[in-house]
Amino acid sequence: ECPGTSSAQAGRAAACQGCPNQSLCAGGAAGPDPDTVLVLSGKGGVGKSTFSAILAHGLAADEAKQVALLDIDICGPSIPKMMGLEGEQVHQSGSGWSPVYVEENLGVMSVGFLLSSPDDAVIWRGPKKNGLIKQFLRDVDWGEIDYLIVDTPPGTSDEHLSIVQYLSAAHIDGAVIITTPQEISLQDVRKEINFCHKVKLPIIGVVENMSGFICPKCKNESQIFPPTTGGAEKMCQNLNVSLLGKVPLDPQIGKSCDKGQSFLSEAPESPATSSYRNIIQRIQEYCDQRHFQEDNTI
Amino acid sequence: ERSNLAGVQHILLVLSGKGGVGKSTISTQLALALRHSGKKVGILDVDLCGPSIPRMFRVQDSDVHQCNSGWVPVFVGQDKNISLMSIAFLLEKPDDAVVWRGPKKNALIKQFVADVAWGDLDFLVVDTPPGTSDEHISTVEALRPYKPLGAILVTTPQAVSVGDVRRELTFCKKAGLKVLGIVENMSGFVCPHCSECTNIFSKGGGEELAKHAGVPFLGCVPLDPQLSQSLEEGKDFIQEFPKSAAFPALAHIAQQVLDGTWQQTS
Repeated sequence: ECPGTSSAQAGRAAACQGCPNQSLCAGGAAGPDPDTVLVLSGKGGVGKSTFSAILAHGLAADEAKQVALLDIDICGPSIPKMMGLEGEQVHQSGSGWSPVYVEENLGVMSVGFLLSSPDDAVIWRGPKKNGLIKQFLRDVDWGEIDYLIVDTPPGTSDEHLSIVQYLSAAHIDGAVIITTPQEISLQDVRKEINFCHKVKLPIIGVVENMSGFICPKCKNESQIFPPTTGGAEKMCQNLNVSLLGKVPLDPQIGKSCDKGQSFLSEAPESPATSSYRNIIQRIQEYCDQRHFQEDNTI
Repeated sequence: ERSNLAGVQHILLVLSGKGGVGKSTISTQLALALRHSGKKVGILDVDLCGPSIPRMFRVQDSDVHQCNSGWVPVFVGQDKNISLMSIAFLLEKPDDAVVWRGPKKNALIKQFVADVAWGDLDFLVVDTPPGTSDEHISTVEALRPYKPLGAILVTTPQAVSVGDVRRELTFCKKAGLKVLGIVENMSGFVCPHCSECTNIFSKGGGEELAKHAGVPFLGCVPLDPQLSQSLEEGKDFIQEFPKSAAFPALAHIAQQVLDGTWQQTS
C-alpha cells in the first residue's frame, strides 16, 4: 500500500520498491519535491526541446539550484545534441544510473546516451517505450534536485500517458505548451490542451515560438508561419490558458542548438533571448506560488 | 475478393524522424503537382495524434461514409482527382485528442490500409507522423504485400533534424523500404522586401546526409510564406502561385517521382 507521497515513509516503505515514483518520494522526504515542469506540444518541430534546453540553462544560472533535464523522446532524442553532450554514455553505480552533467548543477538523461551510434534507431512499440520511461524515473540517481524539466515527443500517446501516470499528478507542477503561430500547429495544440485537462495536468501556459522574423538587413518583419486564426494569443483567450510569451525566429537559436551551446549565453542581445528570459521568470513565479499555496494548506 | 489497393499503381511513404519538418506539406504539394500532371492521387494520413492533411485541403469538417468495400475517401479539388483518408474525418470534435496507446493505433492503421475504397489511383502518398514507432512499424507491415515504391525522407537543414533523419534511414533499411530520396525543406528564406537570404534553420544538412547515406537528393525547398498561407487556407499552391519561391523545388520533386528513375521492375 502506498504510504502517501507526502508521508515521512514516502519512498522508503517496503511497498515503495519498484514504484516509479520511489526516488522522487525518497528524495522528497529530506526536502521538498522538485518543481516539475513538462514541456509539451501536440505538434512536432515547434521547439519543445529547444525550449527545454533553454529553460534548463536559464534555471541553472542560479548555481544554488540543482536542475535535472529528462528527455523522454525515445525515437527522436534531441536533448544530448542541444546540450553539447552528444556521444556521452550513461554510467551505472550502486545507486542507479548517473545523469550526464553539463554543469555541476545541471544533469541530463536521454535515451540518446544509451545509443552507441548516431545511426541507431529505436524502433520500439509503445510498451517497450513505457518500460524505459519507467526506468528513467525509477533508476536515475539525480540526487536532490530543485527543478525537473521533462522534454516530450509530439503527440498524445504512450509517452505522455506514461509520464503523467508514473509521475502522478502530485509530482507535476504543470505543463508548458509550445506552439507556432499558424492554425496547422494550433489545431494539434488544442488537442494537447484537452489532453492536459483530461489527465488533470495543470497548464502553466503556452509559448508561441517562431513568432515572426525580422530581416537582419532591411529590418522588415515577415510572418513566415502566419497566424491566420489569431495565433496563440487568440487560442489562449478562447481556452482560458495563459500566454507566457512570444519568441521570434532567430537563426542563432538553431545554430546554438546544433553546436550544443546555451543560446541565452551566445546571443544575450537577441530579442528572442529577452522573450525567453521573461517566460522563464514567469515559470519560476508560477512554481514559487504553488510552493506558497502548498505550504499554507493544512 | 479484390483488395482495396489492387487499383493503386504506386505507393510511396513520406517519412522523417523529426517532427515539424514538412512531411504533410511535401505530401500535399507532391499530390497537387502529380494531379496537375494528370495523375489520380490519394493521400493516406496515418498521423493519428496530429492529422494535418484534411486541414491543408480545407476539408477538416468532412465526414466519411461506408460503402460495400469499406470507407469512401474524401475527394478534393475541382476535378476530384485527389482523394484523402485521415483520422480527422472520424473525430466528432476537431479538438478531441486521440489519446491512444500503441495497440489501438495499430488496429486503426491496419484498417486504413485495408479498408479504404481507393478505386484506381496512379499514386497513393502515405503521410506519417514523426518517429520510428507503432504507426511506422504497422504501416510498413500492412503495406508490404503491396510492394511500395519506397519512401521520401524530409528534413530541415540543421543538425538536430538531420540527427533524427539518420535514424529514420536506419528504420528504412531494417524495414526493407527503399529510400527514394531526401528533401531538405525550410532551406533558406529570401526576404520579400529586400531579397536578402537568411538561413534561419541553417543550410546543407539534408544534402550532406543524402551524400553520406548514398541516397538521391531531391532538392532544397526554401521557406515561403505564400506556401504557409496556402496551407492555412486550403489553397492549391501549385496552381495559384507558380512564381512563388518554393514552386520550382516542389515541381522538381514531383518531376523526379514521375520520371520514376527508381521504377520497380515487375
